[in-house]
Amino acid sequence: MELNANIPSGPIEQKWDKARFEMKLVNPANKRRHTLIVVGSGLAGASAAATLGELGYHVKCFCFQDSPRRAHSIAAQGGINAAKNYQNDGDSVYRLFYDTVKGGDFRAREANVYRLAQISVHIIDQCVAQGVPFAREYGGTLTNRSFGGAQVSRTFYARGQTGQQLLLGAYQALERQVNAGTVEMFPRTEMLDLIVIDGKARGIVTRNLVTGEINTHLGDAVILGTGGYGNVFFLSTNAKGSNVTACWRAHKRGALFANPCFTQIHPTCIPVSGEYQSKLTLMSESLRNDGRIWVPLQKGDKRSPDQIPEAERDYYLERRYPSFGNLVPRDVASRNAKYVCDEGRGVGETGLGVYLDFGDAIRRLGRKTIEERYGNLFDMYQRITDEDPYKVPMRIYPAIHYTMGGLWVDYQLMSTIPGLFVIGEANFSDHGANRLGASALMQGLSDGYFIVPYTVGNYLATNKLGKIDADDPEIRNSVACVQQTIQKLLSINGKRTVDSFHRQLGKIVWDYCGMSRTAQGLETAIGQIRELRDEYWQNVKVVGSADDLNQSLEKAGRVADFFELAELMCIDARERNESCGGHFREEYQTEDGEAQRDDENYSYVAAWGYRGYGNYPELFKEPLDFEYVHPSQRSYK
Amino acid sequence: MRVTLKIWRQASRGGSGKFVSYPVDNVNPDMSMLECLDVLNEQLIERGEEPVAFEHDCREGICGSCGFMINGVAHGPLPATTVCQLTMRHFKDGETLTLEPWRARAFPLIKDLVVDRRSFDRIIASGGYISTSTGGACDGNDILVPKETADRAMDAAACIGCGACVAACPNASAALFTGAKITHLGVLPQGKPEQDRRAIAMVAQMNAEGFGGCTNIGECTGVCPKEIPLEVIAAMNRDYLRGSWRARDNVVTPIRPFTEWSTGSKLKNDPTGG
Amino acid sequence: MATTVIGTREIRPIRFWESTNGQKAIMAVTGIVLLLFVFFHMLGNLQFFEGREQINFYGAALRRFPEALWAARVILLVSVVLHIWSSVKLAVRKNGARPTGYTARKNINSSYASRTMYWSGPILLAFIIYHLLHLTAGAIQPGGAFVEGDVYGNLVKGFSVWYVSLWYIISMILLGLHIRHGAWSLFQSLGMNHPRHTPLLKKLAMLFAVVVVLGYVAIPVSILAGVRP
Repeated sequence: MELNANIPSGPIEQKWDKARFEMKLVNPANKRRHTLIVVGSGLAGASAAATLGELGYHVKCFCFQDSPRRAHSIAAQGGINAAKNYQNDGDSVYRLFYDTVKGGDFRAREANVYRLAQISVHIIDQCVAQGVPFAREYGGTLTNRSFGGAQVSRTFYARGQTGQQLLLGAYQALERQVNAGTVEMFPRTEMLDLIVIDGKARGIVTRNLVTGEINTHLGDAVILGTGGYGNVFFLSTNAKGSNVTACWRAHKRGALFANPCFTQIHPTCIPVSGEYQSKLTLMSESLRNDGRIWVPLQKGDKRSPDQIPEAERDYYLERRYPSFGNLVPRDVASRNAKYVCDEGRGVGETGLGVYLDFGDAIRRLGRKTIEERYGNLFDMYQRITDEDPYKVPMRIYPAIHYTMGGLWVDYQLMSTIPGLFVIGEANFSDHGANRLGASALMQGLSDGYFIVPYTVGNYLATNKLGKIDADDPEIRNSVACVQQTIQKLLSINGKRTVDSFHRQLGKIVWDYCGMSRTAQGLETAIGQIRELRDEYWQNVKVVGSADDLNQSLEKAGRVADFFELAELMCIDARERNESCGGHFREEYQTEDGEAQRDDENYSYVAAWGYRGYGNYPELFKEPLDFEYVHPSQRSYK
Repeated sequence: MRVTLKIWRQASRGGSGKFVSYPVDNVNPDMSMLECLDVLNEQLIERGEEPVAFEHDCREGICGSCGFMINGVAHGPLPATTVCQLTMRHFKDGETLTLEPWRARAFPLIKDLVVDRRSFDRIIASGGYISTSTGGACDGNDILVPKETADRAMDAAACIGCGACVAACPNASAALFTGAKITHLGVLPQGKPEQDRRAIAMVAQMNAEGFGGCTNIGECTGVCPKEIPLEVIAAMNRDYLRGSWRARDNVVTPIRPFTEWSTGSKLKNDPTGG
Repeated sequence: MATTVIGTREIRPIRFWESTNGQKAIMAVTGIVLLLFVFFHMLGNLQFFEGREQINFYGAALRRFPEALWAARVILLVSVVLHIWSSVKLAVRKNGARPTGYTARKNINSSYASRTMYWSGPILLAFIIYHLLHLTAGAIQPGGAFVEGDVYGNLVKGFSVWYVSLWYIISMILLGLHIRHGAWSLFQSLGMNHPRHTPLLKKLAMLFAVVVVLGYVAIPVSILAGVRP
């Protein structure tokens, strides 16, 4: 298969205009005759469903939660980037584009990133019009902050709840369309398979999570906005329900999965406190603006932090990166935390933690200022750990947070299955090997509001889509597959719970395919994952029935898919013999321990094709050309 | 530490339910309430019993999925905290905790501690938005919003839609939820054009859902994890009164609440005719 | 499951009256009328302490303009009826809104007064009926024969009976509770709440309730204690 990204020709500034002009349009009167299926109701899914509904299509939108408003986009804290240059500090579309390509360590597609930067300004306008209560200056204008080490202030925010407010904006737009009768909403409904007829995506198989009913929904195109797969690690900052199932089942039906090993670790999470831990809580990166990160100089120093004198503390980020200090990008900060903990200098009971100390900031700025800036984060920390961060330094540790990889899409956001579009975190396209702060919200909304509504129309206008026979063997086959999997999971009746397997799987992936990786470690991981997967299918215990709300059954299906994905992640990581962004291979580092890219051999997107259960997947490469931003070594010294 | 969880078990909406007590040993004080339930569920599955169904997703207090009554208080004893962030150190060793689902006619029970809150979605669908379609927006700075107004809007917009306000209200009223959205959109200049219409439509749907009426008691704001103030209910009343007085349009079309799950929501005007 | 549109009320006043917010607004407006009455009635009553002549003169003065008296009575009656009717509608709704009650339930953020409006109201109604029969119509004559026009005498006779006074005092305390919540809550129902003003309003409501209770209760207490001007 030849991977064609369908990037329009011409100068980068004009590509998107050109693409839009060349698109065929659907006659307004015919739009309502097209049924479009949107899976997921986060920023990408809800904004796409709402916009397609506004355009007049008949949209069916699905989410596994009890309401579209619960999607995990809601948990994003920091903000959303846009190249508005309201602060007059030299920002521009080109600069946002440049920063994103560079931040992604030159593994993203230039044309897509440029379009993202262009659209960013419209997103803010759209969200303001919807009533998103962004922070304002006293004069009434929008205010910005600098975020994640960016040199310009381009981040728009609504307190520490930007994701929530943007999602509620999209959710409200979606509910408006539900009321208008253009969108049908299916909450508590999980997609379990994709229906492909004559090579085109024509529908999905779902399970109603309350009644257990298996249904098929047919349409002219399927749009997946189902988020990332960070929960393969079990412990992550993702919501408990976040899963890869929709994407994985589409992958099994022929959609290529790109760059699965590109995962992002967030440096400022609350450390694990015990075996029972079910998820990790992120604290905004903005804490690093005033907090200083340190560990004791001595190994195994068990003194309480206030007993350790200044001279015996190692402010390792400030020491190693004098110019960026505590504000180095996420991957660098995370990796360094791991190093000091591996050296045995980690703090807290588990030794997996470093201090984030506000002592200096409080002395310099006063407690009141710190309270104003971070009050709610400090409260949250205290609620969870029972320690007062105004008095005792916070303890933080990295945790998996975002996945840059996802289903491969072309410039039109269409996967390798015609008619299957993938948007938001679920696709691989814009962040390369590392995502910058405040860019995820931007990408989800850009895909949903401003890209996919056009490109889907073009697909519908240029493809002849015949009527589907409800009895088509492909449909029956997909339904049968779903039913078999469910029956199988219920019938094993082994000894171990789904969670115990998931926890073990997560530990393997974290240890060998987490913050730093080695070829040998990955080999070990692949072996362990296969073994565990085989045990899973013989020894898992799922109680209850398939005919009502059965949360362990839901989990069991999702974990089964995580097993296969985990293996693919490790294969991809082993295949990529370089270090870039969130993918750090210990064999490939510079003398002072920084990531070393290999642009000669690895400047490509690795897109994997499924070749049956347990078979080695097939690798397709999409070469990346950098016409505008020339690859250079990232340096934060 | 050790606690006894006295949990409401009910297999389905139609069936009858009862409390079942489960002792849980080895509770770590740093665990959240939901992690404590996880531990119990693992034990139940290993014994071949059905685990306790409870709603949860983000586990960081923002998605609004989780929530149940603990000893008669929605989301438990700690103010401004959802059950997912409520750690066990707030309970005494050996304590018995009674866990009960939200109870309201507009929140029909699905299973154990899980209830159906689609009534909230229908209230939003009836008018909880600003009618602007993608693409037509003017520059963000063309609409000046005073900081104080933006802050007030944000205070109200912080609602996570968990339903604790309804659960705690002696009247089972959804006034705090509805008022929060009406306030959020109503104070902003962008939301002014629809202010009257919105309040009338949302109140009509709220009433059609079978929630009780607000009698200004204040339990709702006391349990609200986001501490939405009672002020939003006054704002709803104001918008409703003013809207009822001056609106020229006379059409209010609440929809009939539905509790079926089999096929989801259906279109008002289904193009396929089915 | 088709989405069905229901309850389109074309007649605006009926739509308003059927809504919970409309009912609360009506309770608030009628509540204002009743509060004003309660206050001025108390001022009138307190003339008892100026002696038999003054209070009897006041009673006679009220009857000098029967049109005005009846106009006031009609307004009061309509207010009471609407106030009760609204509350009954809300109570019916409340009962339907939670078919299965809680086994454990704890209040953490509400006043005793606010939660007891539903039963302080009916008791007050019973009291008002008794009170009208006793001191306006003279149909019930505890402690001695009712003398038309001798307000002072009727009061002393009635309140000298300990259980009449007790019933009166309990009712007035309930009235105080009712006012303590109602007098600020009516502003909320009419859409007025402000983070600076509302706490003050709550204090004023409390003050008003205390004044009303003391003002009314002073009469039976002083009669029972034998202090008569």
